[in-house]
Amino acid sequence: MNASTAIRNGWQKVFGAGARGARPAPGDTSHGTILYLEDISVSFDGFKALNALTLYIDAGELRCIIGPNGAGKTTMMDVITGKTRPDAGSAWFGQTTDLLTLSEPQIAEAGIGRKFQKPTVFEQHTVMENLELAVAGHKTLWTTLRSPLDRRQHERIEEVLETIRLQDRRSMRAGMLSHGQKQWLEIGMLLAQEPRLLLVDEPVAGMTPQEVERTAELLLSLAGKHSVMVVEHDMDFVRSIAHKVTVLHEGHVLAEGTIDEVQNDPRVVEVYLGE
Amino acid sequence: MQTSHPAIQLLIGERGTQVFLALLLTVGVAAPIMHLAFPEGSALHLSSYTMTLMGKYMTYALLAIAVDLVWGYCGILSLGHAAFFALGGYAMGMYLMRQIGTRGVYGDPLLPDFMVFLNWKELPWFWQGFDMFWFAALMVIVVPGLLALAFGWLAFRSRVSGVYLSIITQALTYALMLAFFRNDMGFGGNNGLTDFKDILGANINASETRVALFLTSAAALGLGYLACRYITLSRAGRVVQAIRDAESRTRFIGYRVESYKLWVFAFSAVLAGIAGALYVPQVGIINPSEFQPINSIEIVIWVAVGGRGTLYGAVAGAVLVNYAKTYFTATIPELWLYALGTLFVIVTLFLPKGVVGLADKFALRRPAARTVTA
Ligand SMILES: Nc1ncnc2c1ncn2[C@@H]1O[C@H](COP(=O)(O)OP(=O)(O)OP(=O)(O)O)[C@@H](O)[C@H]1O
Ligand SMILES: [Mg+2]
Repeated sequence: MNASTAIRNGWQKVFGAGARGARPAPGDTSHGTILYLEDISVSFDGFKALNALTLYIDAGELRCIIGPNGAGKTTMMDVITGKTRPDAGSAWFGQTTDLLTLSEPQIAEAGIGRKFQKPTVFEQHTVMENLELAVAGHKTLWTTLRSPLDRRQHERIEEVLETIRLQDRRSMRAGMLSHGQKQWLEIGMLLAQEPRLLLVDEPVAGMTPQEVERTAELLLSLAGKHSVMVVEHDMDFVRSIAHKVTVLHEGHVLAEGTIDEVQNDPRVVEVYLGE
Repeated sequence: MQTSHPAIQLLIGERGTQVFLALLLTVGVAAPIMHLAFPEGSALHLSSYTMTLMGKYMTYALLAIAVDLVWGYCGILSLGHAAFFALGGYAMGMYLMRQIGTRGVYGDPLLPDFMVFLNWKELPWFWQGFDMFWFAALMVIVVPGLLALAFGWLAFRSRVSGVYLSIITQALTYALMLAFFRNDMGFGGNNGLTDFKDILGANINASETRVALFLTSAAALGLGYLACRYITLSRAGRVVQAIRDAESRTRFIGYRVESYKLWVFAFSAVLAGIAGALYVPQVGIINPSEFQPINSIEIVIWVAVGGRGTLYGAVAGAVLVNYAKTYFTATIPELWLYALGTLFVIVTLFLPKGVVGLADKFALRRPAARTVTA
């Protein structure tokens, strides 16, 4: 893999792919893998939050990431979305997009959407306006100043409203939604951006059982069309959605497999019991 | 009730705008007529002093709108907008100085009096072109605009925000004040620019010129208001408010936050510059005290008192506070700053939405009462 990384880097230098101009579509997944994280290390004041983390996500996959508090799950998402720059390693979106060279908005534009651990919708804006802010399209000041949404964007918003079942809440201020509804709105905002890869951090924390169930349905309905990476502590929830689970511990991958495989892995048991 | 909430808000927004535009139109038509058509001594005569005062308030209102756009909508608490106002004022002042020509005390055809006094032999390069109105008018826009772009680019790119940004905007205006105080800067030092005679060939003190300046200020206020309202009602306006409420979230959904902030800031600075340019011919002087840090803070207080994030609130605040200031400084000047401080504390504690927030509350009750009686 390192050799191919080197070749890719060389290719980039010569042909400037990933830069502006006639570049291949971001997140080109002709090899079936949408996200490559290799040997990623991040340290905060000497403390290694990520330690040579290597992880691959397939196109269309729904992957669950579990791990004890402080394992580095959120930090990993920070690296993928450009919020934190790693000290070492490489992060590629598909074959052609080097995430480490892109800014946060460029990464969002390339097709990676993120749902934060805390629900962060725009509380002063209505549900509709939240989706309008998120919907895919040109987001430069020049465009947003002059033109309203086009028909395709309107249709997209309607579609998303239906998926997240908030049609009858469209003109409500987002701040007045219930906790679960806010989480769905936030997922809806991700969908409106038409991302290739969705990063979802602890979606069901604080939800009622019905809301949890509804969220599982929602995420399952997304797999296939999108690649989804879900961080979650709730094991029942993980069991209800996951095909493949990755366990993070102290900044690197401890185990990977089906939920039954990892739950029976002695190293995983030790980490969780050792808490 | 809940679903109609934003609709109600929009209606009130509209109403505030309607009231503002109606008032502006009424004052804009009535004041010149009362000044020109009724003879002095008539009960309906409006003195030149009062009309100029109203023109001055209008330039303050435009300045307040500019601050409301960056602070109320975009969350950038600029404590340096008086600097852009003053720069626009200086650009206009330089034009007015060059219009004096040989009528100065020293009668030099080219050099303003203060330069002759300093024994300067030729016009500095940065005074070139200011004999032409179009050039000065261009500079009114370009100088504050470019300064805001350069300053904003540095500040926003390094993600300086919140109280740190406020502090460096104060530093900016303070630095400019010190620079303009120096005689060798070439802007008249301490005394600034004054003794203006003509604007566009017309006597600057003539009634007709006063009326024209008043009307131009009213038009600038109206157009500036509508421009800001257009921005705030566009998708860009909702992006800007999203930046105010959750900046990094806005960045994550793909907006170039820095560029939005930068252009809003620069546009606002240009409005402030235009306000300053209209202010100077009406008050007849521009000097470095306009750069005082306290001036920028006062503008923020106008907006807070009026109610931020509504535009018309900024207008109301600017007029109310300045009316109070005119009154106080004429009667008990030493108490003005205390009164201003007290006002600010009261508004912050009890009227978070300012005067217009209070008015909205009453306005919300009234239609209900009306439907009962109808
Ligand atoms: N900006 C930062 N500065 C210093 N330390 C940090 C920073 N961000 C994260 N850390 C530390 O890095 C480690 C990994 O944090 P991270 O938030 O990625 O864990 P997590 O797996 O998401 O945990 P949780 O399950 O509690 O959300 C933690 O020990 C945390 O304290
Ligand atoms: Mg976390």
